[in-house]
Amino acid sequence: MSILETQNLTHVYSRGTPFEKVAVDNVSLSVDEGELLGIIGHTGSGKSTFIQHLNGLLKPTAGKVLFQGRDIHASKDALRAVRFGVGLVFQYPEYQLFEETVFQDVSFGPKNMGLGEDEIRERVYEAAAFVGVGRELMEVSPLELSGGQKRRVAIAGVIAMRPRVLILDEPTAGLDPAGRESILENISQFQRETGAAVVLISHSMDDIARFAQRLIVLHEGRLVMDGTPAQVFDRANELKDMGLTVPMATEIALALRARGVELPESVYTTKYLRKLLTALREGGGPC
Amino acid sequence: MLKDITLGQYFPGNTVVHRLDPRTKLLWLLGYIVALFLAKNIWGYALMLGVLITESALAKIKPKTLLSGLKPLIFIVIFTAVVNLFYGTGEPLWQWWILKITAEGIRKAVFMALRIMLLVCGTFLLTYTTSPLQLTDGLERLLGPLKKLRVPVQELAMMMSIALRFIPTLIEETDKIMSAQKARGASFDTGKLSERAKALLPLLVPLFVSAFRRADELATAMECRCYSGGEGRTRMKQLVYRRRDLVTGIVMVLILASAIVLRTV
Ligand SMILES: Nc1ncnc2c1ncn2[C@@H]1O[C@H](COP(=O)(O)OP(=O)(O)OP(=O)(O)O)[C@@H](O)[C@H]1O
Ligand SMILES: [Mg+2]
Repeated sequence: MSILETQNLTHVYSRGTPFEKVAVDNVSLSVDEGELLGIIGHTGSGKSTFIQHLNGLLKPTAGKVLFQGRDIHASKDALRAVRFGVGLVFQYPEYQLFEETVFQDVSFGPKNMGLGEDEIRERVYEAAAFVGVGRELMEVSPLELSGGQKRRVAIAGVIAMRPRVLILDEPTAGLDPAGRESILENISQFQRETGAAVVLISHSMDDIARFAQRLIVLHEGRLVMDGTPAQVFDRANELKDMGLTVPMATEIALALRARGVELPESVYTTKYLRKLLTALREGGGPC
Repeated sequence: MLKDITLGQYFPGNTVVHRLDPRTKLLWLLGYIVALFLAKNIWGYALMLGVLITESALAKIKPKTLLSGLKPLIFIVIFTAVVNLFYGTGEPLWQWWILKITAEGIRKAVFMALRIMLLVCGTFLLTYTTSPLQLTDGLERLLGPLKKLRVPVQELAMMMSIALRFIPTLIEETDKIMSAQKARGASFDTGKLSERAKALLPLLVPLFVSAFRRADELATAMECRCYSGGEGRTRMKQLVYRRRDLVTGIVMVLILASAIVLRTV
């Protein structure tokens, strides 16, 4: 069942000036309930522009966005519903914290929803738990936190609205490997436990390969690939032509195959590759 | 919506207007403003409108772009026009209580609106076709003689160029923060005025934090490159007057002369 859908979505920036730029070009996509969808694309391919349409922050130049089957720009109510129903975490969200304490910052969204105090408190603690922000940090000023902690607080601020779709624009950019790993684990756990759909933009093919159930590729504003990670990474050469890379494991598997090692196609996680290689060493053919 | 503000924006190009010396363009703007204030009848305004249209055609700036720059000022233009509308003297065409509209009032209102629009468009043409760097360079050179009076011209020019450079950045940043807060249900364009004003406060905090951070970083970066004020600084691009600047100057003198003559028509 699709929860969020775009129909022939097009966005043109600065129309009628010398800076005119088609950032999103005729993209039709549907996000299914509960899935984890990855979006990849070269810098400037229109990923951030595209996702800002999904909760109505940007208005399409042409085309439509449907949330639970309703056009989000049809009425004020529909727009309000999508703002709270589709949570959007921006690139580098930590620069947008503003309240005096972490607790107040996380409760900004629920407060705007008009919830009661007990409900707000419950949601804030729940959201903080999802992203691994301890209770001892609740009364601290967000400006005193480390970069990674700030990022977690910012994500919690969106999760606290209990969105049905959570969209994250490069949530791990600029974090250390351990930090990336644990944030992605938290997000994946959120998806499993709440049944919300998650849309994840990332430049790290390895992260995407491990977490995404479905993957789309944007290139110069157009949707050029849509499928399982296996299907997409099988087209390694096309991806490379678009300036993208493939996961390390795929790279290695391709190189080995080129040298005559017998490996199946669609190797894209390190775990799977390791299994195949161990099997090879122990004599038998793969699987 | 904030993106509509094109103040200080520069549209790169390679037209003759773009290539003019910035000092010429600054003086041109000065002359243009003087001529505009000299205009007092339809012929004077027609002349200035003609000048503006020719100038934007030469600079290849579309009229639409120029007009879109007026958008944020539309309220001021209308307000001025309406005020002037009721200030005419003479035979009233329409009267209600103490308000009366006269033929002269209408004339004044139209001219006033026209004057503001021409003024703003003329200024925009300068910033549209001159990079901020050139602009401050030109200003610094023009104000150079004031250095003798111990006016810190170089520092002022540097401050201006930094300010101009950061206007778009700040606007972009404001936009981003607004978007992020809208995504969490804040509303900046609905609700009572007091509510909207309250919604602005959370906007200012991150904006100031990042502005100070930026200022700090910039100062460090400038010090790392041994910036120490204007003393002994040389330029990579020297400003040189060329023939086109001379021609532009002559044209401006002619325009000013016509503007004076047209007053008497
Ligand atoms: N506010 C804006 N005004 C004008 N053009 C814009 C604006 N925002 C983005 N663009 C342009 O639209 C295109 C798509 O930008 P977008 O930010 O969506 O790319 P992206 O895929 O998110 O890139 P990245 O991976 O670097 O974040 C780019 O060419 C960019 O220059
Ligand atoms: Mg982006």
